[in-house]
Amino acid sequence: MRSAVIALVRKDLLAELRSFEAVPAMLMFTISAFALFHFGLDRSSLEGSLASGVLWVTLLLAAVLGMNRLFVTEREQGGFDAFLLAPVDRTAMFVAKVIVLFGFLVVVEVVAVAAFAVLLLEPGLGRAMPGLPLVLLLADAGLAVIGTLVGALAVQTRARDLIVPLLALPLSIPLLIAGANATAPLLARSGAAALEGRWLAILGLYDVVFALLAYAVFDYLLED
Amino acid sequence: MTTDPAVACVGVGRAYGERTVLRDVSFELPAGQTLAVFGANGAGKTTLLRMLATLLRPHAGDVRVLGSELPQQGWAVRGRLGFLGHEPLLYSALSARENLRFHARLHGVGRERVDGLLAAVGMELRADEPIRLLSRGMVQRVAVCRAVLHEPELLLLDEPYANLDPAAVALVRPLLTGGTRVLISHDVEGGLAEADLVLGLRGSEAVLLGHDAAQVRKLYA
Repeated sequence: MRSAVIALVRKDLLAELRSFEAVPAMLMFTISAFALFHFGLDRSSLEGSLASGVLWVTLLLAAVLGMNRLFVTEREQGGFDAFLLAPVDRTAMFVAKVIVLFGFLVVVEVVAVAAFAVLLLEPGLGRAMPGLPLVLLLADAGLAVIGTLVGALAVQTRARDLIVPLLALPLSIPLLIAGANATAPLLARSGAAALEGRWLAILGLYDVVFALLAYAVFDYLLED
Repeated sequence: MTTDPAVACVGVGRAYGERTVLRDVSFELPAGQTLAVFGANGAGKTTLLRMLATLLRPHAGDVRVLGSELPQQGWAVRGRLGFLGHEPLLYSALSARENLRFHARLHGVGRERVDGLLAAVGMELRADEPIRLLSRGMVQRVAVCRAVLHEPELLLLDEPYANLDPAAVALVRPLLTGGTRVLISHDVEGGLAEADLVLGLRGSEAVLLGHDAAQVRKLYA
């Protein structure tokens, strides 16, 4: 399976580098959303729970854009059929897509969090390190799993663009709650407080539960 | 001593919602022979081919391919089939070589096989251009390479010479002949010339025909 996962990941990264479809769109969305929050809230700077909420809602919605694109080439260019004809474990596609979406999210967040710090964040990022990347990575794992599951389900339907947000956003609420609550103390003006272990535990638990669930059902999503 | 047929269908049926596409299709294809399938548009030829390729489930009857019952034992057949359908199953952003190397890796085939096939179909000079920049004929040549990359035991071919000029047909034909084949064609004379057995599909039902071009043409009347 390892060889198939490597082949699929390499293919997806190569295709993204050639087409620049998913990551640039996600980045443009996050920057635009920060600008909208700036004007909509009529605040030049944010801190604490408000800053955390703005950051997480923006990243979550950007992730939905990536989920929408994740299986489009497989559907439109016959990638599903070609993969199903190969003598490889179907879980390879699930693992590969999770890795690809996780990678896209990390790339987007590197730029988006820096932009957020410049455009909106009052206390600066220095004191949020290294807690913030840890929380983001844990949430990214969950988003990648959910996104792959929902993306594979939605791409079989005509209303793909509607199905992905309708399914992914409610399923991501626990991630949003845990991520925002874990991040809020890190972005406080008074100085970063320590990360609360319970929110990290919830993120980790979410990742494990949904990874097992997706592993169990993914094969059926690819079948006729 | 009896030899199991490469493909055996007994009473096979398939529907899409309320619409029955195939009903009670039965035939046997011995190993090493070619079954030509004829029928008008919408007669169910592609559906039949996709069922044999494990991409669609039969809704009725028994399908046995290379000794395995489908869909239950589909895992045992994948990798032994070469499928060439209407879609080339190639990624447009990747080059011909990148596409074939991707498929080669999925099938556990070496890179030298990719280079050899690209040369065989006359695509060495355009092999590193993205598929989206190639003509339809060139894409079809690459798709043929993809279908035979892993030297499959059974070829499932849906109009394999579509979009190809005579010179290209001469290049790809040797790659597509010699083994067990199910061949969908609208070229009656060409299809009959390649066929050992002839199956006609009409009104969702199938009948084995002889090598009679006039009889085959009635399917399109």
